[in-house]
Parts: sequence; structure tokens; C-alpha cells
Amino acid sequence: MYAFEIETPGSIADAASALGNEGAQALGGGQTLIPTLKARLAMPEKLVSLSGVSEMVGICTDDQGRMCIGGATTHAAVAAETASSFPGLSGMAGRIGDPAVRNRGTIGGSLANNDPSACYPAAALGTGATIVTNAREIAADDYFQGMFTTALDEGEIITEVKLPVPEKSNYQKFVQPASRFALVGVFVAKYADGVRVAVTGASEEGVFRWSEAEAALSADFSPAALEGLSVPADGMIADLHGSPAYRAHLVGVMTGRAVAAAS
Amino acid sequence: MPKDNEVGQSTIRREDIRFLMGLGKYTDDISVQGEAHACFVRSDVANGVIKSIDTSAAVAMPGVQTIFTGDDFAEVGGNPAGWLINSRDGEPMKEPKRPVLAHGKVRHVGDAYAAVIADTFEQAQAAAEAIVADIEELPAVVDMAKALSGSNYVHDEIATNQCFDWGWIEDNRAATDEAIRNAPHVTTLELVNNRLVPNAMEPRASTGVYDPGTGDYKLFTTSQNPHLTRLLISAFVMGIPENKLTVVAPDVGGGFGSKIYHYGEEALVLAAAKRLGRPVRWVAQRTESFLTDAHGRDHVTKIELACDNDGKFIAFRTETMANVGAYLSNFSTATPTFLHGTLMAGNYTVPNVYVNVKAVFTNTAPVDAYRGAGRPEATYSIERVIDKAARELGMDPIEMRRKNFIKPDQYPYASAAGLEYDTGNYDQLMDKMEQVADVKGFAARRAESEKNGKLRGFGVNAYIEACGIAPSNLVGILGSRVGLYDAATVRVNATGNISVMVGAHSHGQGHETVFPQVVADMLGIDPASVDIVHGDTSKIPFGMGTYGSRSLAVCGSAMVRATEKVITKATKIAAHMLEAGEADIEFTDGNFTVKGTDKSVGFGDVALKAYIPHQFPIEDIEPGLEETAFYDPANFTYPSGAYSCEVEVDPETGKVTVERFTAVDDFGNVINPLIVTGQVHGGLAQGIGQALIENCAYDAEGQLISASYMDYAMPRADDLPFYTVDHSCATPCTHNPLGVKGCGEAGAIGSPPTIVNAVIDALQSGGKDVTHIDMPLTPARVWSAMNAS
Repeated sequence: MYAFEIETPGSIADAASALGNEGAQALGGGQTLIPTLKARLAMPEKLVSLSGVSEMVGICTDDQGRMCIGGATTHAAVAAETASSFPGLSGMAGRIGDPAVRNRGTIGGSLANNDPSACYPAAALGTGATIVTNAREIAADDYFQGMFTTALDEGEIITEVKLPVPEKSNYQKFVQPASRFALVGVFVAKYADGVRVAVTGASEEGVFRWSEAEAALSADFSPAALEGLSVPADGMIADLHGSPAYRAHLVGVMTGRAVAAAS
Repeated sequence: MPKDNEVGQSTIRREDIRFLMGLGKYTDDISVQGEAHACFVRSDVANGVIKSIDTSAAVAMPGVQTIFTGDDFAEVGGNPAGWLINSRDGEPMKEPKRPVLAHGKVRHVGDAYAAVIADTFEQAQAAAEAIVADIEELPAVVDMAKALSGSNYVHDEIATNQCFDWGWIEDNRAATDEAIRNAPHVTTLELVNNRLVPNAMEPRASTGVYDPGTGDYKLFTTSQNPHLTRLLISAFVMGIPENKLTVVAPDVGGGFGSKIYHYGEEALVLAAAKRLGRPVRWVAQRTESFLTDAHGRDHVTKIELACDNDGKFIAFRTETMANVGAYLSNFSTATPTFLHGTLMAGNYTVPNVYVNVKAVFTNTAPVDAYRGAGRPEATYSIERVIDKAARELGMDPIEMRRKNFIKPDQYPYASAAGLEYDTGNYDQLMDKMEQVADVKGFAARRAESEKNGKLRGFGVNAYIEACGIAPSNLVGILGSRVGLYDAATVRVNATGNISVMVGAHSHGQGHETVFPQVVADMLGIDPASVDIVHGDTSKIPFGMGTYGSRSLAVCGSAMVRATEKVITKATKIAAHMLEAGEADIEFTDGNFTVKGTDKSVGFGDVALKAYIPHQFPIEDIEPGLEETAFYDPANFTYPSGAYSCEVEVDPETGKVTVERFTAVDDFGNVINPLIVTGQVHGGLAQGIGQALIENCAYDAEGQLISASYMDYAMPRADDLPFYTVDHSCATPCTHNPLGVKGCGEAGAIGSPPTIVNAVIDALQSGGKDVTHIDMPLTPARVWSAMNAS
């Protein structure tokens, strides 16, 4: 780890201001950034910790019935507090990493990092969430722009995420055996006006919507509706843990299981 | 033989109190006043020529005390291999120098070519990054087959990349070839024994201390084998006289083989301590552990089993390429040869065995003994090919094994691979396994799994292994450069409590609990009054360390012999105290009694008399009560076992789950069943890890692509089933005083083929024509195999 300064602002305004400094870097729960620093793969001059920004912590429901989650809310809090109101989300958050990860990692940190194997991007895209920052609101469909790439500008902070609560939803993760990140993870959400299917872990472009499955499931929300459908292996990740063909196959399997398990 | 009041009890491990409460004292916990910190500069290419190393900027950085490069060690010796192997043509193996720091060339990613010593670790690390090395990258030698036929070399002077081409037993080669040519049935299997990273929880660490006043050196280090480390540093690498060097291995957080060996970092911190006149410490970062701890396994094997049409074995023949990495680690030449080839007859009465092993240099980390060391590779090859043969012949795999088992009345049995097994009863183990695993109930469990859309498979394995490698006379003939005895001193203090200095090092095995049980049992005293002392060369007579499941069988036997000497002397003292003849003294339950009388004196009184020798026959008996024994075993011990497991395979994803696992082992006499069970549990976890998820992978450029826990999968609790472990079928070892065999590695030896056999069974039950999948059987590999068939 290289030496750095750390600042712990108490408000979004102060955090945004601190992040305006040259060489400043936001620190959420630190589940990616701290290991990166320890490996001396990053050299920020200043870390701006968001964990003290109390207005970014907590979960509520807005007038439109959306689940509104503060950007600094931990996975453990989301898992506990949405268990009855949004079981698909709770189940997803409750199986990220291990207890230590869930007690430190945050929704805002995960979405800002946009790891291609992370779980939250699938939930955000699969629900058509709105990413709220200190500057604007961004639709999930516009937010994810490829592996580790998002619509966020330099220094922009995710303050809140608003997720429309589906009639039914479920997230199925097939874990990579070492990291237990998603080798393939699929979030399926059924709304009155249609079904959304978001896939993480599989594509070289990061999280994506499987529109063919969405159309089929919107017509018939059952695993049988997926028969004969598949995503192409082209563009899927190839690594030590799975070939593109295997990942493409798992997308179908996990989607079917998510539909079957949706509640 | 000890009496039964303490031996055989499941005494709870006394060392766990300090480990569980965070009171253990590891190398990194030992802080020596004034210490400086070392940081190594390591190659990021697999093969390259060092053109220049510019340290000028680094040496001027804050806190930097000195910098070492390979030039500083050009005149000192290399770290040697402990076993000389001769090739089939009689040529000795190729033995390139393994320097403290790379000199001239770097040969694997992680190969250290410089080291910075600074006041703080951060300063050392910063300066290490400021060193500018001009390294001309060469094509990497990674794949073994390509290494043997290619034109790129790990060591320029070894233009074949071959360390040796070993035949065992060479005189049996022609007969084995002939038997296979004429056999009614031959089953052939090509397989890979996957490379593993040891992943001890505690990374390697070393602190060197030099006393300019006396010229004495002291090394605190993470070692399973402090005396060997001292010997290697003294006799080979640095020339420090043994009496001027103390090596201390305090609590060690796991080794699994990787901490048997001497590593260059240990020599470096000693050299640095002397140059600076101040202690120098180094603690590996986890990445350094992945890149530089000696890896395990990495064999590519073709095995043939010839048998008649009834499944009676005629011959085993194997051709193996064994990866030794870039340099020869201390036991790297013994592991694929005498710890592997000699076990290639298994538990069987097969008359012909021939083993060929080519050891290959590659631009990868050195490979050496890892929990099981050669025997897992042997067992995996044999037990996989038997399973394949049984399928080809339509035989039940258990029946096929039984048909070929050595029977109890055949011991001692000279195996076709050159060992003499002293005892065993493989049918009894198999009977027990079939009973406790409820093999009869498998069909119903399979039907239940199928209802849930899962394929269920049953796998079986019968293993034999060899522990406590010995005797020194024989291994010397076979090329060992060390003896394989061990030593113990039993020191009875004046107040009757006892310190036992043992050469075996305990780092998870529970010696601190088990060894006192044995001594206390022999002396009829409370085990709590006996402590062992280990891991410090200045306190212990000598030792050959802990590996190869040898500690109790070899060092424990030395301890028994020393305790017997204590009893002999104490009997003399007691006879004097009781005014009786020695021959009339009986020693039972801690009391010396004149036979047929009630005249008696306790062990504690005798101890006190030995140290306060008033009215003592000083002309006949020396004061004091302390005895030392060295023990050199007559033979290996031969644990054996019958293992089975049941797996479920998810046909949609290829995911394997282990539903049941039964390990029935014959460890001979068991001193502490709780600890033995724990040893089996740990071994099974490592074996199942190897079979299903662990994989140390290099890419074609020699980069380690599984260099962190993000890509190297370690087994976790939820990857493992609840085990059924049984060691009630004991045939005591016939040649050591405790009748014990080794238990530390059995689980890791017996489990991989059991798992793979079960997965193949599951897939075949689902109509998939899959006869083999190479480990690890990850979901992706199983799915690919299912869909290729």
C-alpha cells in the first residue's frame, strides 16, 4: 500500500467537494479498492470515505413504491431490511461474498465499480433502477457501459439507488469456485408491463439484458418459455473457470432457475 | 508397549488453548530490537537474462541500509537437492545451482534477483520498486512435453530440460513389457495430477540475527525441519559452522510440505544481519507465497494395467513426466521417484511393475513434496486405471480390487515395486467400508437423486502408502544424502516433571498432546507433567523434522527408547533405595516395587534422589535422570485404507457435490483417536480440494494465472460433506515399539481417486460416455466432458 491521506466528510456536499481535489478517490465499503491498494495497483493521493455520510445510509420506499437505498448502505442491511418487501433483492444481497464483505460492502460502491462479475449490477439493470448521484439521476439502461465502466463522471457520487419493486423476482448465481463471484448471475424481475432479465458475470461487455428471454417471459412467465432460447457464446468471458460456451449455456440454466424460484 | 491408562484416549489438544486464544507465537510475532526489514525484488518474467541491475537510485532512498543482488552470493554455495537420482543409463541427474538470489538469469516469475534492507518495510518496498533491472525476456518453458523436445532452456547448460530419466525397477522393464504384450486385456489411461499451491495460513517468514561479539547467528524461521535448515545453511549454502548457528522454528501456521525446505530468503536475512550488524526480518506477502512456496504434484502420466479376463492383475506400467520447476527444491527428486514409483504395486499381488519417470525443468516455481508427496500420485494412477479396467471388463470395482488384494497370511509381502509391506488386512478394511458406508443402500439413494434431476455416483478406492521413510542404510544406497532417523531426549527434572526434547516439529499435528500421552503412559504419571520441546536446534539433540507422516513412528519411537533408558536407570536407583536387587524390582503405574513385597518407591521420589544423590551409589550410577535415543526405523510403516464416496452431479451445470464420504484407515495402534480423526479430516479436505477445485495454472508465457484466492479455489466448509471416519481395523506396525503407522497424509492420498471414480460413475449412470476427466473436476470441465460425449 502506498501512503495516502484520508478524509471522512459528514455530508454529500462535503464529500463532493473533497472529491474535487486532484488525485482524490472515493472509498465506499472498500471491498475492491482496499485489496487493490494493498497490492499497490492504485496510488490515490487522497481517499474520501463515504461511510460517514449518514444521509447516504438507509432504505425507504418512495411515493412510486420504489425501494430507495442510500448509496452507502451495506449489503447486510439490504439483505435484512428488504427480506419481506423485496425478497429477490434481499436474496441477492444476502449471498454476496461472505459476512465480512456484506457488512462492509455497499450498493453504491458495487455499482460505481461495475465489476463484470458483481451481483448488484444485475439487480440494478434487472429492475430498471434509477441511479441517483449528487448531480443527476441516471437510468440503469444508460448507466452500465461495459466492464468497470459507467456513466459516472469523475468525482460523481452515487447517493441513492431507486429500484422499482417487481411482482416477482429472483437472482440465481452460479459461483466461480475460487472467488465466489458470479460465474454467471441472472436477475429476473416480473412487472405488470413486462419482464426484465439481467445477466452478470458472463459477458466481456459487463452486465447485459437478455432481451429475447425478456420477450418470451413477458408472454409466458415460466421456465418452459425459455426452451430453444440461448445467448450466443461470442463475446462471453473465457477464463480459467469457464469457456464462453459454458457461460452462454449457464445463462439459460440460471434464467430458468430464477423464473422457477421467483417470488 | 505402553500400558493402556493414557494411550488410546481422545485427550483434547492442549496446544489449541493458545492457538484459539491468539496466544501462539509465530515467527512474525518475534520482534528483535533494532531489526531492519527486507523486501525482495522478484522477476515478473518467467525466463530472462539479467543484463544489468541498477540499484543506484534505490540505495539513496530514505531508510535504505543495503541492497543485495545475485553478485553478492556468486561465491557461496547453492541450495542442494537432498536425493541423488541416477538415470536409467546410469548418468547422475542434472543438478543446476540454486543460488540465494538469481544470478545471470531469472527462471520463474517470482524468482528473486535483489533484496533491499531498510529501516521499515515500507521503505524497503519503495526502494525495491526503484531498482531498475534490464532483463531480456526469453521464451518461457512451461509445458513439459514441449520442454523435453523444444529448443528453449531453463538452464542453458541443460539442453534437454531433463533432470533425469528414471526407471523403477529397471531390471523388471523387459518382463513387464513382455507381460503387457501377452496380456488378454490392457487398460490404458492418460491422466494429469494437477499442480497445487500449498497455501499454509501463515506465510513464510524469516528473521536473521548476528551477534558480532560472539560470531553467533540465529535464524527464526517458518520451518517444519529446523535441523535440516541449519545443516543446509552450514554445509552447503553459507558455510556457517553448525555450532555457530541456531535455527528456531516457533509456532508454525501450517506447512503441508512447503516448509520442509530451505529457501534463499533464510540465507539472505542471515547474510544481511551480518553485513549490517543488526537483525533483519522478512515476512512473505501472500502473492510471494503463491509465486515462491514450493508447489505440489504436477505429474502427467500414462498408465497401463494388464490383466486377465477375470480381472486378475498381470502388470502395471507407467510413464510419467514430473515437473520439478525451475530449480531443484530439497526433496523434489525423491518425491516423484522413491516416494512414488515404489508404491506403484498398490495393495495388490500384481507380479510385474515398471515405472518410468522423467523429471523436467520448467520456468515455473519449484515443485516438491506436498501432503502425501508421491503417494497421492501413485494411488491416483493405480486406482483410476483399476476403475477404468473394471468398467471395461464389466466387473464390480470392489470385487476386482478384492480379487487382487494381498491377503493377511502373505505378510511380510515383497511388492513388485520393491517394498516389503510388514502388515495389513485390506479385505477387512473393505468389509468395514462397505458396512459403515451402507453400500447396499446406494441404489435407493441413487433413485432418490434421480428423482431430483441429479446423477448420483459411487466411487471406491483402496490405497496403501509408505510413511516414515527409512532405513538410513537403504535410502543411502538409493541416493539419499541424509539419514532418516530421529532423536529425542527425555529429561526428568528433580521435581519429577519431564521435558522431552524432540526432533519432530509440531505445526498442527498435535505432538504437544500426543507425545506426552506416550511418555506418561510408560512412566505411569500424569500427562500434564510432561511437556515437549521442539523447534529449536540449541535445545534439541538432533532431528530430521516433520514430513511424510513420520513424527510418531520415527521420533515417537526415539522417545520411547529414551524413556525406556530412563526407566532402566530409575530402576537401578530404586533398587538402591529399596535395598533390593535390580532384577527384583517391578515398575508399574509409576511405582517401583520389590516383587512379592509391599516395599515400594514412587517415580517422583526416584527422580528427586537422582538429583539430590545423598546416600547414593555414586561409583555405580551417575546422578541425574536424562536419556537420549536416536531411532532409525527398520522399514517404512504402511498405512492402508478403503475409501468410498457418493457424489451428485447436476447435469445442467456440471456441478459436483460430495454427498457422503467414508474413510476407513488402518493406522496401526492409535494413541489419540481424536487427533487421528482430525488429521484424516484435514487430509480429506485437501484431497477433495485437489479433486474438485484446486488448480495451479500457468499460462504459456509462464505467468501464474491462479496467483490469488480470486482464481485459486480453496475448499471451504460448504464444499465438504460430513465424513464417516473409522480406524478400528488396525494391524499394528511390526517393527516400531508403538506399533503405529502414519496418519497425516492418508486423507489427501486416498480421496482424489475416490471422488473422480464416483463422478465417472455418476456420468455413466446418466448415459454419458465419459471415461476420464482430469482434475480438478470443476463444473466447467464436467459439463464440457458430458457434452463432448
